[in-house]
Amino acid sequence: MTGQLLLQTVLSGLLVGLVYALVAVGLTIIFGVMDIVNFAHGEFLMVGMYASFWGFALWKLDPLFTLPLTALALFALGAAVYRLVIRRITDAPMLSQIFTTFGLMILARGLAQYLWKPDFRSVDRTIVAGKVAFAGLQFGLPQVVAAGGAVATTGAVWWFLRSTRLGAALEATAADKEAAALMGIDAQKMFALAWGIGAGCAGVAGALLSTYYPIFPEVGANFILMAFVLVALGGFGSVTGAFWAGILVGVVEVVGGFLWDPAYKLVLVLALYLLVVWLRPQGLLGKA
Amino acid sequence: MKASRLALLATALGLVAPAAAQEIVLGVIYPLTGPAASTGIELKNAAQLAADLINGTDRSVGLPLAGAGGIPGLKGAKLKLVFADHQGNPQVGASEAERLITQEKVAALQGAYFSSVTATASQTAERYGVPFLNADSSSVALTNRGFKWFFRTTPHDELFAQNAFQFLKDLEKKKGVKVKRIAIFAENTEFGTGAAKLQEKYAKENGYEIVGKVLYPPKGTQLTSEVQKLKASNPDIVMQSSYLGDAILSMKTYKDLGFLPTGLLANDAGFNDSEFLKTMGKDGDYVISREVWALDLAAQKPVVARANALLQARHGVNFNGNSARAFTGIFALADAINRAGSTRPEDIRKALRATDIPGDQLIMPWSGIQFDETGQNRKGAGIIVQVQGGKYVTVWPFTLASKDVVWPLPAFEKR
Repeated sequence: MTGQLLLQTVLSGLLVGLVYALVAVGLTIIFGVMDIVNFAHGEFLMVGMYASFWGFALWKLDPLFTLPLTALALFALGAAVYRLVIRRITDAPMLSQIFTTFGLMILARGLAQYLWKPDFRSVDRTIVAGKVAFAGLQFGLPQVVAAGGAVATTGAVWWFLRSTRLGAALEATAADKEAAALMGIDAQKMFALAWGIGAGCAGVAGALLSTYYPIFPEVGANFILMAFVLVALGGFGSVTGAFWAGILVGVVEVVGGFLWDPAYKLVLVLALYLLVVWLRPQGLLGKA
Repeated sequence: MKASRLALLATALGLVAPAAAQEIVLGVIYPLTGPAASTGIELKNAAQLAADLINGTDRSVGLPLAGAGGIPGLKGAKLKLVFADHQGNPQVGASEAERLITQEKVAALQGAYFSSVTATASQTAERYGVPFLNADSSSVALTNRGFKWFFRTTPHDELFAQNAFQFLKDLEKKKGVKVKRIAIFAENTEFGTGAAKLQEKYAKENGYEIVGKVLYPPKGTQLTSEVQKLKASNPDIVMQSSYLGDAILSMKTYKDLGFLPTGLLANDAGFNDSEFLKTMGKDGDYVISREVWALDLAAQKPVVARANALLQARHGVNFNGNSARAFTGIFALADAINRAGSTRPEDIRKALRATDIPGDQLIMPWSGIQFDETGQNRKGAGIIVQVQGGKYVTVWPFTLASKDVVWPLPAFEKR
């Protein structure tokens, strides 16, 4: 085992982990603000990927050029889903909430299959095609760009929550719905905003992934499990927690799979998760 | 007096066939509705074309019995196919087999594409003592059941695994290509692990070294650790069994991580999907995969082109591996019935057992049809195809190849 090979796998894990993190950030914001687990989150990612694909297939637009549009469209979709569906179950029992978002997931997959066929699609020419090689290490350029984009988006969301009035209002609603409402914050608006940002993050992740990952109606399922692990591992509702958990999980998955056996890579990730919630039930950066 | 009574009894029990049959009824079971319906319809059309050729008088296609105007051994009796739909469901397959045998009084059965349905339907046939010809299921287990009435013309999965090693040996003989170190890369469900096991077995028997065996959970988000492991094992070739999504992802990861064995031998599935070729473009070129049949066999076997022209004229589609095998199945049954000169199941079974059809009388890439004691055709063979210019072309067996195999894999950047 050479050090170089190990470094290569660690960095590969980092790249994939940063994308996981972006998917999880959207999920954790929705959960943090509303206490609702969105099972349809992977489907936002799927729609983001298809949006990028159709932009490419119909108008030859690169997923990276259409990325801002994809983000906006998914923001609108997320807010619309809140207005039309989720708003009605805000105070419903948890079981109803689970069934609702689960139903949304199945509906979205079914619709995608009906409208766009179950075929595997892909964006076969993109401006980021190619490789990055240095010091004997090499990575796919799409993965590097996706990781970079994920960091930038996660950073932007973090900055928004930290440094803007709107972000502060969102955090306040997350902390205490009633108290925030007494301070004159419109909870309905904040909830819609959370869903918009959550779906937007998944959309950006979808656009970034579409440059190298195949696109099909069930693609969300491949990523959503990791996103759930990240949200719980990093601490429910914590953006920075999801970010660090993403890096940790990505590296453990890739390096563990390489050193041990790829068949057990998910076992390692879930063992790590169990260990953390056992020792620290609130997650790495969650508040007790 | 006594003798005639016995004869009467025998007739009543169906032991003696009625004299001078005008029609020979064959039951054909395929998935005509449900998720595999499109394949089922193709199979049905191909089987019907075969029967119509035998019943008709046009000899131009050049297959024995085609254009015979019926079965000569039975005074020109015509073949009548009765189709049944098993919907992809093993239980329906068994009950349809029973219906065909008891109500349609079929002389023999053909089906059923799905290995799972073939298993149950042929069990019914075994119970009633009616020959069951399977033309298109590849599970090894089917011919390991010790059945007396079961015959399979298509090669099974184990033969396909052997083919890969015959190909490597031939490559060494003809082109001086030496392959020693093999890495196995497979998804870890039934399909992949089964294939990996067979590959390991035959690698050992043929004196190859397995330097790496990587089984991965399908539908993952990345295959980086897997490909790194393959790369670290430094193989000459990789033998890969993957479904579509993983096939695409793995090829991209090979390219990104700069992994390039001298050859990539795929095990059908994802690699033979048209979507794979479309998505990968130039990066998918020179992948080698196993196949059961290819249209470019016509280059070496003109009968393939002639049969294909007939199917084209009738249904506007080309033969593929499935329909070509269903077509061949009907010819094998007709050949046995002709030699039996009878529609009694036992006579047909005996004739099937003695089948010996040479390879040049088939549209398949086989050296013939001859059943061993388990009912498996011992002369079946797969072919090996390679992607060249975005299309699969036959490269092995060398006698049937339409193009020369490109070896080793050219670097991704130099295509």
